[in-house]
Amino acid sequence: MAGPALGLRGWARWTWRQLTSMRTALLLLLLLAVAAVPGSIWPQRGVDPAQVTAYLQQNPRLGPWLDRLGMFDVFSSPWFSGIYLLLAVSLIGCVVPRTRQHVAAMRAQPPSAPRRLERLPAHHSLTLAGDSSSLETGQLRQRAQEVLRRRRYRVAVKDAGADAGSGFDVSAETGYLKETGNVVFHVALLGVIVSVAVGHLWGWRGEVILPVGENFTSAAAEYDTLQPGPWVGENELAPFQLRLDEMTVSFETEAQGAQFGAPREFSAEVTTVPQPGATPETARLAVNDPLSVDGASVYLLGNGYAPVVTVRDSSGQVLFSDAVPFLPQDDNYTSTGAVKVAGAKPELGLYGAFLPTARIDERGPTSDFPDLVDPKLAIGVFEGDLFPGGAAQSVYVLDTAGMEPVLDSDGDPTRMLLTPGQTATLPQGRGTVTLDGVVRWSGLVVRHDPGRLPVLISSVTALVGLVLMLGVRRRRVFVRVTGDRGAGTLDGATRHTGVTVQVAALVKDHDPGLQSLVEQLAAEITSADEVRTMDREPAARREGSG
Amino acid sequence: MRNDTLAVASDIGVWVTIVLLAVAMLAFAAHLAVHAAAARPSSSVRPAETALAGRGSAPPAPSSPGTDRDRPRSPGSNGEGEVTEQAPSRRWGVVGLQVTLLATLVLVASTALRGLSVQRAPLGNMYEFALVACCFALVIYCGWSLRRDRLWLGLFVTGPVLLILGLARRAWYTEASQLLPSLESIWLVIHVSMATLAVGLCLIGFATATLYLLRDTAESRAAGPTGGGEVTGWRRALPPAESLERMTYGIHVVAFPLWTFTLIVGATWAEQAWGRYWGWDPKEVWTFVIFVVYAAYLHARATAGWTTRKATWIAIAGGICIVINYAVVNVFFSGLHSYSGL
Repeated sequence: MAGPALGLRGWARWTWRQLTSMRTALLLLLLLAVAAVPGSIWPQRGVDPAQVTAYLQQNPRLGPWLDRLGMFDVFSSPWFSGIYLLLAVSLIGCVVPRTRQHVAAMRAQPPSAPRRLERLPAHHSLTLAGDSSSLETGQLRQRAQEVLRRRRYRVAVKDAGADAGSGFDVSAETGYLKETGNVVFHVALLGVIVSVAVGHLWGWRGEVILPVGENFTSAAAEYDTLQPGPWVGENELAPFQLRLDEMTVSFETEAQGAQFGAPREFSAEVTTVPQPGATPETARLAVNDPLSVDGASVYLLGNGYAPVVTVRDSSGQVLFSDAVPFLPQDDNYTSTGAVKVAGAKPELGLYGAFLPTARIDERGPTSDFPDLVDPKLAIGVFEGDLFPGGAAQSVYVLDTAGMEPVLDSDGDPTRMLLTPGQTATLPQGRGTVTLDGVVRWSGLVVRHDPGRLPVLISSVTALVGLVLMLGVRRRRVFVRVTGDRGAGTLDGATRHTGVTVQVAALVKDHDPGLQSLVEQLAAEITSADEVRTMDREPAARREGSG
Repeated sequence: MRNDTLAVASDIGVWVTIVLLAVAMLAFAAHLAVHAAAARPSSSVRPAETALAGRGSAPPAPSSPGTDRDRPRSPGSNGEGEVTEQAPSRRWGVVGLQVTLLATLVLVASTALRGLSVQRAPLGNMYEFALVACCFALVIYCGWSLRRDRLWLGLFVTGPVLLILGLARRAWYTEASQLLPSLESIWLVIHVSMATLAVGLCLIGFATATLYLLRDTAESRAAGPTGGGEVTGWRRALPPAESLERMTYGIHVVAFPLWTFTLIVGATWAEQAWGRYWGWDPKEVWTFVIFVVYAAYLHARATAGWTTRKATWIAIAGGICIVINYAVVNVFFSGLHSYSGL
């Protein structure tokens, strides 16, 4: 490294220049695209943690390595964050000077015309004969400005030097909105990033499974899972109450093939109490139709069945009676779950499947259709320690580490198949299990996101900026009128014998309409009739002055 | 709920379209072959002019309105020169365009029938999405062809569309039925129709990008020491590389804001349906990837030190990402966008 002359400041400046250069931004963009791809290949903890656990179990060798590389948390991994933060810095470094330049350009006059207009990408030249139909230079000067201003050009006029006689240059520029759009788009992208961060820090999301007929109070302990943002206090959750009164669900029965049994309607009737002590309100909640309560939104996302199970001991005393939500495992709602009877001695655990339309064959119990056509509950029975070591465990899975299967009189593990209303007796005087009925449950998501509206506003602004940036053309037009030196006078009242009008235009990128624009401008400037018919008011003024 | 007659009519229409497109494709291929085989024009003609040779000297075909308007408004400004003698026949290309016009009508009608058969917008599953994207691609191509001479592009639009329709029928076909509750929203129509329109445009942009690279290679070879100074073979039928490149850019300049719009509308809908506007679902990941790749293309084109060839490769990568987003993500990655019905 031969950089002794640079020094610390020099290096810092060099790094900053590199980072904010277009090439680096481009490289970072491509990197960002590539870095996002693993997030679609492997399951993500932020999206579905259960899938990640399953993947790790199925791939004991590869899984941990992928985990170390952050492949299951791509979008919060240091490398992904690094790329987009560098990109954001690069963006700031690009946008700030560009904004400054653009503001200066908007205030400045259009630049003066280059010496040789015929070298510009579009150029058209006319020589006016000295007959009565042609115009004086004074009129041309006015006409050129009017024509260009009407087309929303910013116009500056400069008299040619004394050696050019009575000639003059008109410089005009339009399409400043292109650069405005560019700046707006990039600033709005920064706005999106900031808004997302706000939502992440102060937002929260809770999930709860609620069987029909039950009540729910929004509080940290009541949610099945709660993901509060880092800066959310546990007491800051909206303290509303909600009761699930009714659920309507229907499935496809007409179409055959893969569509058969596909869900067709989910909706729920709920009663909410927005604040403790407020009047209850009833509302309808459906997929695509969330409910807004107390600054939070409630979404209906999942549904399933909760068998209502009652377990009695041998004397008939009720040990357990509740609606137990089972989790659907496939599109036909073959659902699994567990009933944990902590009141029994020893503790009793029922584990198995609920089938809304049962089919029991060599593959075991499965469901043929998602609706309740022939509901059955197929369970096995375990006894022992329900909560070994007191560790947290899922309510939907029976942890059999401290349990033994209950054997029937033949010495086989007990299996029971219950239809609603049916009661089965447990072996050796352990009591009875009754399937009282089946209710549906709703999977509710409650979300509070203060960044939501700012994200929407920023992204719509970005889109507007983008359309301006890509849609507006920035053009510079120059008009040069050179009078005949011999006949020219400066008052503009004398007719000239040979006035040359040159119109030329310049753009940054390719512009197929440029040549025709230049020709049209030249025609408009030199022909009096067309201007009058197209625009009456300036024409009236011109007549007054001429 | 479902009108079976209309559903069957729609299916038949799609088969008819496939047959028509196959015919159009052959005609367009013949168009290129005629150009490749045509006798070389006199040596005074520059490559830029041979490319569009035949525009006016061939007998004006009554079936291709716009041949008159077709001439560049300002000769010389974009390198498209005047007509030369000995121009190869345009007959096959015109036949191809006529058949494509017919195929487009039939496909649009079939897609509409599909929607009518279940009384909803035909945007509910992968099969319908493919139909609508093909409709957009064909309508855009036909509209363009009626205003400008785009016969050389025909093969590269009808070919991919034919492939997509064939796959849609064989691999992605789903019986007409009602929507999943999560799809029953006005946002479906806005989100998916914009996405398909953007995809249709990108399909054509992908074709012009590829053709630009091919033509550019041919031009540099022709200009090289071993080349004869003129592009030979079927690539003679193409416009000059420079103008192909501009078309590619122009198409993407329209497609990119549409894709951005799709993304914003999708996020708005996700907020309503799933309780969050962005959740890195596989489909969202790929929508984002496509957005970033096309953004990179637009940047690359304005970056000093990046050749237009290199920039165009990024546009091609974007096209590949769209294909992955549609054909791979929907089928092989599980996520919330699992609407494919497969």
